[in-house]
Amino acid sequence: MAKATRVSFGEELAAIGATHPDVVVFDADLSKSTQSWMFAEKYPQRFFEMGIQEHNMIGAAAGMALSGKKPFICSFSTFVVGRFEVIRMSIGYSEANVTVVGTHCGVAIGEDGYSQMALEDIALMRTLPNMAIIQPADDREARAAVRFLAEYDQPAFLRLTRQGLEEVHDDNYTFEFGKADELRGGKDAVIFATGGVLHNALQAAEELAAEGLDLRVVNIHTIAPLDVDYVVRAAKETGRVITVEDHSVVGGLGGAVAETLAEHQPTLMKRIGMHSYGRSGTPKDLYTHYELDKDGVKKQIAAFMKG
Amino acid sequence: MDLTLPALQRSAQEMRIDIIKMLHAAGSGHPGGSLSLIDILTVLMTRYVKRTPENVEDPDRHRMVLSKGHGVPALYAVLAKLGVIPHDELMTLRRVDSRLQGHPHNASLFAAEASTGSLGQGLSIAQGMAMTAKLDSKPYKVYCVMGDGETQEGQVWEALLSAPMFKLDNLVVILDYNKGQIDGPTNDIVNLEPLADKLRAFNWDVQEIDGHDFEAIDAALEKAQGYGGRPHFIIAHTVKGKGVSFMEDPTEWHGKAPNDEQAAAAVKELEATLN
Repeated sequence: MAKATRVSFGEELAAIGATHPDVVVFDADLSKSTQSWMFAEKYPQRFFEMGIQEHNMIGAAAGMALSGKKPFICSFSTFVVGRFEVIRMSIGYSEANVTVVGTHCGVAIGEDGYSQMALEDIALMRTLPNMAIIQPADDREARAAVRFLAEYDQPAFLRLTRQGLEEVHDDNYTFEFGKADELRGGKDAVIFATGGVLHNALQAAEELAAEGLDLRVVNIHTIAPLDVDYVVRAAKETGRVITVEDHSVVGGLGGAVAETLAEHQPTLMKRIGMHSYGRSGTPKDLYTHYELDKDGVKKQIAAFMKG
Repeated sequence: MDLTLPALQRSAQEMRIDIIKMLHAAGSGHPGGSLSLIDILTVLMTRYVKRTPENVEDPDRHRMVLSKGHGVPALYAVLAKLGVIPHDELMTLRRVDSRLQGHPHNASLFAAEASTGSLGQGLSIAQGMAMTAKLDSKPYKVYCVMGDGETQEGQVWEALLSAPMFKLDNLVVILDYNKGQIDGPTNDIVNLEPLADKLRAFNWDVQEIDGHDFEAIDAALEKAQGYGGRPHFIIAHTVKGKGVSFMEDPTEWHGKAPNDEQAAAAVKELEATLN
């Protein structure tokens, strides 16, 4: 059943409230959208409604972290990560144990258009040396990430989707922070995908198998720190690398993989993602328009493999 | 350490000498805003924050967030006076292997409490610390020392709107109102006045004092100990470069270190007040 990772997050956050008394949650007037309302309802004393004050929310959360709490701060990713300079100083440089939760990531948020879409958030957060970046691809992974982050004691960024995601994992799934998660074997090329478009990449690889292409598909839920050893090994083993993400092709997963390979294993690469500002439309129409749906990803991979 | 006000006033003069010497050794830094701040910080850190080498990492310690991070030489001087850092270490200010970063970095020096230096962020951090004290029903207070120029940042007004909503009467702001910023007199750049009226309209408990009058500083901080449901804001009128006659200028000595001759003259003038 398709479920948005923001919903998985909200449910799991409310669930861990009982076992993690140090967890506090902040929202900036979007708790119904970010799903932090579920925690607020169960633990009203530990929930802080900051109003439409993202800068102040980041700073106050840093202050709470520096005085012993474990804050999760929630908003649309572009509104919170967009206040980057405060994150950089008050969370990153202060080593404040805050998890920044950015929902409504990617062009797939749909009709509200570019102003609400986070398409550059990974790129910004990747520049901070101590910032972990996790982007789950389904319900199980999102829940596991929340449980992991509740125990993590460094700055972190959790990137979540508005739209429902098909399950890619079964009940046996275990989340390993910082580890690449190989979902499909293959030797002709390796596809690294993350978040909401992972399922599309998997389906595209399966259809391309019928056309004789043996494509490996790897889920990168932890973009920072990147599993460098795996990325280099997979590039060596396959000789061709594709990245797929609902984010700018600059600075996100594609950027991270490209930088890594340029240093360790120069490899022919194709970055699939956003090359422009987003626009309004249904999520489905937007994925078709920007070639991020299964057919669009498939078409781009096929062209790359022929080239 | 003698904590009577006359003794603290003398200590502050000694720390002014430290500030001049460390900025001279570093070759860069901010004398004007450090000298305007030192009297406030001396009374605050010794008599109210009560920082000692032993309580630096006590979770229940009173906290001071220096939002105007460029005034950090004054904080380092006080921490040295209190024995939290060795006095000799002051001369390492801004060196590559020093804990004494050019602006406060808590990961280098825990006693700095938070990393600041990008203006306008400290009050939000202090607000969060005060929220923690409330949540845990702890008696510690959180002090935030701000500069006047940085109140031009929008984030400051977010926090000024927000702190009274959380009834943070354990939060005390002291504004080092020295009237100058890099490009000119503060109220010519963006006028803050009428500041007290603005803050009262935002539901803060407001006091206005002479930030170089030790009795006034002490009385204002004593009054701010009260829990009346409102956060406290002390507007402390100060003189930029206070104590060194040729540095007493709203803008000229904001961000440059004294040369050999200037440092010697400043130290001589300050030493004369100790005799």
